[in-house]
This record gives sequence, C-alpha cells and structure tokens, in this order.
Amino acid sequence: MRVRRLAAWTALPLAVTLGLTACGSGSGGSGGTDPNAAVRIEIAEPQHLVPTNTTETSGSQVLAALFSPLVDYDDAHQAYEVAAESVTSEDNITWTITLKDGYTFHNGEPVTADNYIDAWNYGAYAPNGQGSSYFFEKIAGYEDLQGETPAAQTLSGLEKVDDLTFTVTLSAPYSDFRTMLGYNAFYPLPKAAFSEPGVLDEGYEQAPIGQGPFQMKGTWQHDARVEVERYDAFPGEQPKVAGVEFRIYQQPAAAYADVLSDNLDVIKAIPTENLSTAPTDLGERFQTSPASSFQFLSFPTYQEEFSNPDVRKAISMAIDREEITKAVFKDSQTPARSFVSPVVAGYRDNTIGDAGTFDPAKAKALYQSVGGPSRLEISYNGDGGHKDWIDATCNQLRANLDVECVGSAEPKFSDLLTKVKAEQPVGLFRMGWVMDYPSMENYLGPLYSSNGSANFYGYENPEFDKLVAEGSAAASEEEAIAKYQQAEDLLAEDLPVIPLRYGQHVFGHSSKVTNVELDLFNRVDLLKIEAVQ
Amino acid sequence: MVRFILRRLLQMVLAFFGTTLIVYALMFAGQGDPIQALAGERPVTEAQRAYLTEKFHLDRTGIDGFFYRYFDYIRNLLQGDLGESLTGRQIGDILAAAWPVTIKLALIAMAVTVLVGVTAGVLAGVRRASIFDNSTLLLTLVVLAVPTIVLAPIAQYLLGVRWQLFPPTAGADPDFYSLLLPGIVLGSLSLATALRLTRTAVAENLRADYVRTARSKGLVKRRIVGIHVLRNSLIPVVTFLGVELGNLMGGAIITEGVFNIPGVGFNLFRAIRTEDGPLVVGIVSVLVVVYLIANLVVDVLYAVLDPRIRYE
Repeated sequence: MRVRRLAAWTALPLAVTLGLTACGSGSGGSGGTDPNAAVRIEIAEPQHLVPTNTTETSGSQVLAALFSPLVDYDDAHQAYEVAAESVTSEDNITWTITLKDGYTFHNGEPVTADNYIDAWNYGAYAPNGQGSSYFFEKIAGYEDLQGETPAAQTLSGLEKVDDLTFTVTLSAPYSDFRTMLGYNAFYPLPKAAFSEPGVLDEGYEQAPIGQGPFQMKGTWQHDARVEVERYDAFPGEQPKVAGVEFRIYQQPAAAYADVLSDNLDVIKAIPTENLSTAPTDLGERFQTSPASSFQFLSFPTYQEEFSNPDVRKAISMAIDREEITKAVFKDSQTPARSFVSPVVAGYRDNTIGDAGTFDPAKAKALYQSVGGPSRLEISYNGDGGHKDWIDATCNQLRANLDVECVGSAEPKFSDLLTKVKAEQPVGLFRMGWVMDYPSMENYLGPLYSSNGSANFYGYENPEFDKLVAEGSAAASEEEAIAKYQQAEDLLAEDLPVIPLRYGQHVFGHSSKVTNVELDLFNRVDLLKIEAVQ
Repeated sequence: MVRFILRRLLQMVLAFFGTTLIVYALMFAGQGDPIQALAGERPVTEAQRAYLTEKFHLDRTGIDGFFYRYFDYIRNLLQGDLGESLTGRQIGDILAAAWPVTIKLALIAMAVTVLVGVTAGVLAGVRRASIFDNSTLLLTLVVLAVPTIVLAPIAQYLLGVRWQLFPPTAGADPDFYSLLLPGIVLGSLSLATALRLTRTAVAENLRADYVRTARSKGLVKRRIVGIHVLRNSLIPVVTFLGVELGNLMGGAIITEGVFNIPGVGFNLFRAIRTEDGPLVVGIVSVLVVVYLIANLVVDVLYAVLDPRIRYE
C-alpha cells in the first residue's frame, strides 16, 4: 500500500511536467498525431503487383499506395479526376484524357500519355496473360490483340495527342467509361518497367515504380511484408504518415490478435468468429463502412423444375432475410431486395417487391400450386464460412415450404463452378459479387447478360440484354440509369437469382492510429490515416 | 556401419522417387480447376486461362498427360529446378525463405520436448505413484486430449493478448522470444508422449537385474539413474523423437497459421487451398527427404545408445 502511495506522489509531479512540456511543444497539433510515423496494415500475400494483373484486394491495396488513379470516387461514389485534368467525350465513343502536369514516377521520369498507352497495350495483349485484360475489351482494336498469335501488338483505339493528352476510341459507345478509369488496371507504367517495348521487366513486380503518394522501400518481401515510404515529389495531396508497412497474414484471426495487442494497426476484415466479441474488445475502434458485395442464391434455370419463375418467387418469399442477417451475421450484413448494391447510382430499394416480403403462408400456397420440387438442395463452397447461413436458409425452407432441404458443400468455389458449367444438377447454389467500379452496369452486365462472364445459371433474356446495351450507349448518365432500371425491372419479374444480403466492411484498428477509412474496394484510405503520437 | 549407411542412402533414392510419384499422382487426380481456384470467385479471362494452361501444360490430361507432366517435372527437378508456382514465383525461392524459420521453430519445439519431457519423465519414473507422477499423468492426458487447433488460439489469446507475456504473432523474421510460445505449443503434444514413454521405460528399467547389481555394488542412485537406466530407457524415446522431428517440420500447418509464421506449413496450406500442384509437390518432396534423413539418424543413434545393436 505504501509503495503504491509513494508511486502516486512521484507520478503526480511527473505527469504535470510532462503535461507542461506537451503544451510547450504543442505546435505539432492538438490531436497529437505524428506525421513521421509509419502505420501497419494487414493484407494477404498479393498474387501480383502489376496493375493490369492485380485483381484481388491485397495487391490492389498496395498499388493504391504506389499509384495515383486517373479518377477516384467521392463520398457519394461519383467519379472525380485525380491524376487526370479532365476526361471528356462528346459521343461516348471518343474520349479525350488530359493529364495533370507535374506528376513524376518514383525514379524521376515525368508521367506522359505514352506511359498510359504502353501500360494499357501491355494489359490488353493476350499472350501476356494479364488478369484484368477484360477491362480493355471496350477499346477499339482489342480483338486484334487476342488469340495465340494476335494480329496486332497495340490497341488501335489509343492515340497520343501530345505529352499530356491522349484519346481513347471505343468500339461501341459506353457512358460509364470515365467511372471505369478508377480501377487499378488503368494505372500508367514507367519506361523503366519495360525491358524492351511490350515486354515487362522481370524484376519490376518485386519493386513496382509508380507515380503515387508512396514509393517502395526495399522490395516485396514475400509472405512477410511490403513497405512503402512517402514520395515527397508527389504533386497531389500528401499523406499524413511517413510510410506504411503492409504486413502479410494468412489467417485473419492472427491479424485480429495483433490488433488487440497494438502489434498491428489496421485489420480490414474482422473474422466472423470474432464478430460477437469485437465491439467490446475494440470499443470505438470497431467500425463498419459500406461495401459493394452482394450475396445471392442462383437457380440453374436450365433445369426443368426451376424454370417456372413462380417456383423461384415462392422460395424467395419463404426466406426470412432479417432473421438470418441478425442471427448468423450479427448485423454485419444487411438484407438485400434488389439486384444491384446500394452503393451504385441508380439503386432502388426493394425492386423485387412481393418476392422479397417474408410470407410463409403465401409462399407455401404458391409453391404447392405451381408444383415446386419436393426436395431442394443448396450447393456452396465449404471454404468460405457459408455453412451456417446455408443451413439456416435450408431450415427455413423446410419449415415454410414443407420440403426436404439439404446444404451440400463443395470443397472450393472452383469445384462448384466446374459442376455448374457442366450443367450437373447441383440444385440452388450460392454466389457473391463485388464490383470493379461503381456502376449499375458492373452488376447487370456480368451477372445477368446472356454472355455475362459470371452468368453461370443460364439466364437469357434478349430484351434485358438490349436494355443494358442501350444503357451503356446512352448519351448521359441519367439516361443510362433509366435504361438500367428498366432492365432491373425485368429481372424482378424473372427472378433468375434471389437477392439475399449486402455486405459491409467490418474493420478495426489499434489505439495507435486514427482516421481509418475504408473505401468501397476494401482499401484503407492512405491519404487520411494518421498515427497517434 | 558405413555399408549400412550406404545401403540406406540407396534405399532413400528409391523411396524419394516413389513418394514424389504418389504425391504427384494424388495432386493430379484431385486437381479440379486450379486456374479458377487461383481467381477465387472472380470470373477468369480467356487470355489468362490460355496463358496459364499453356505454361503449366494443364491441357495435358489422362494417363498420357500425367506421365508427360511427371517426367517433365522430374527432369527439371534433377537439374535443380523445382519449377514455378501458379502465381509465377520460383518454388526454390519460396522454400529457401520458408525453411529457416520452420527449422528454428521445430528446434525450439524439440528442445522443449526433450528438456521438459525427458526430465519430467525420468522424475516421474523414479518416483512412481508420487504426487508428481500423478499430476504429470493428469496434465499429459489433458494436453493429449486437446488438439493443436484449440490449444494454439487459446494460448495466443491468454498468453499473448490477455496477459501480454508473449507477442501474439511471430511474423516473418522472428527473434527467439517471439518463437517461444509457438514452439511450446507445437512441442506440447510430443512433449506429452515423450514424457509418458520415458516414465514407463525408466520405471521398467529400475526393476531390471543390472540395477539391482549396481545397487548392491554400492553405486550412488544418481549414477544408476543418470547413466545406466537413462541410457537404456532412451531407445524408445529416440525412435519417437526422430519420427516426431519430421512431423514438427511438416505438421506445423496449424501453429504456423495461428502465429503467422511464413514457414513450410504456412506455404503448404496455401498451396493446397489454391490447388497449386507444383508448389505442393515441391514442398512434400523436400519433406520426404527430411523424414528419410531423420529415420536414418534414428537408426544410427540406436547403435550409439545400445552397443548390442550392430548393423552389417
């Protein structure tokens, strides 16, 4: 007891002195942030760090530090110019992109129109096997770069006007082209990235040179970390930290333990098993932000028993979405009743109408009147933590429709897709979608068009395809959205999939950082994050 | 002795090729669509699919394709080239980065096993039916009953997060202290077995004729236990530890994952999850070599411990 009192007596004057010195040097900001500190952010091992080959969030997070995009998205998810001075078009076919002056790559090279043209040509050229090559398919001449021995090496639609201006000619009008430019596939590459024209230097990926607010500090330490430091010659908004260490984790649970003990600053997705305790563990440092993810159940519409839209409607009505988001997801996701995410312009609440209203009695009557199958199966990938909600959904269908229902797990999503592509009877199957850029088209096109890249359920509606195409070609964004919404109304009638939930980013940070914000793409905003002194 | 070792080395070559063939065949048979697995739930572009298919000969299927790809792999392997993983990294580089940290972890686990396990085992054996003996029995039963997948996160939460005695994760280039907790967790399972084995062997040997002779000769107890009994009791323990060393190297998948140590188990787990055939086969091939060498060392140690065992 005496010891403790003694400690208190020494601690008191010490605290006063410290407080006084803190006041004396108080010019550093009253919030007590440290512009010379580095912050530590969790990522998984990136697959690639080449802009046109990076398609997952970890790589994209690192590239966001190293590169500055042509356009970015504001709080209302609308595009605004960053590295571009302007992106304009009269007819939505020929786009003129003017770059801001003063940008340089980290090796000192000034950024010119050539850097964009070279990078995009590299990304579109099929033999390079780039994961994001499909982003260039709307540019004229893309077809000539495909196949094993392409007819051309460069996109005919890209033309340099002067050092800071180039034009992009599309093969068809596309009103969302400017919005699309925020994706990381559209970053420029320096001359130093190429060992000869069109051939990427082998070592480039180990220490990518960009034109963004941070530059590489050393090389990519595989499975360990990627470190970046502030690039002082960056002409745009300067970050408020001196550097970032992207620390690589394989299991989110390990990262979560590190955040709890201040060994790591930001975890971008709190693991599901910690969701119930995280709000108390982290207090105000537990945060959520909107995400673009969209979870749904799809029907193999090529199968006889699911071909009647009323069967699909009855199943949708028999699912209590609120119950599942609450019980299984602890409200970390929200119920979905439309075919696009609320984060895109043109989203309307509850477009599926009746089909989204939980009404077991009506559902059962409808299901029996149209003779729905007496046994349902829901397939899912067993490695994604989906078992709980699939089982819950099955239980609801069993109770409300008086059918047998089983969840059947495939080891991986790729195994599920293999079966679906072979049109094997897998029953209903779960799918999810995350957008590449905020536009209704980025949901409607790939998911429900007859030739959509993620339309695995064989939905075909020529009228729908026509409306989406008209939307893409519309003169203004408003007209485009009107067309997209008409297209979405068709989906609500046909119900090829049942919308279930929209995701949120559920993240947390240590007590050593503030102003942690996540954008729609699960990337920490590196210009905003600050380190606490 | 030399002839014995030579013969064993020759057998190892055969065993090595046999196991790689089996592992390669299993990986080949179990492979669904590795390109889609790599992309997760995203659609894969035609260009990327064509590129990877050609690079890894994924279009060569069936028996013909299997032997074509296997011999292609072995040919490269004999030239010291382990190949590339599906994400384009050299497997040799991945292994070179992963092995040092796994070896460190395994050695710490081994040291914990030997120091604590054998010492406590001898004590328990000498003082049979004492409080110490009974409490170690209870403790080892608990440890054996709790799988690592439960033990590791609990240890991490209590000792790392709650009481902050150890860093909760070790990371890429850890110091000895941050590897200590994972090492203890990893070693605890083999510790329990080693303890039980030592205890039984010591208890049995204490009743042997030569101990009675030694005692009647007037030798001090410490010398009897420390030299004569221990040496004879270690034979089953050494067998166990030899096999366990191989297990510790390859079986640290859970521990390395929980404590975020990018070692061999960490990479093996990822390789299996993403159906990265070349990486799985590469890692397992090296693990096979580790097992074979560990077995050889155990056999040689037998002769050292027990002069009656001679190899011709």
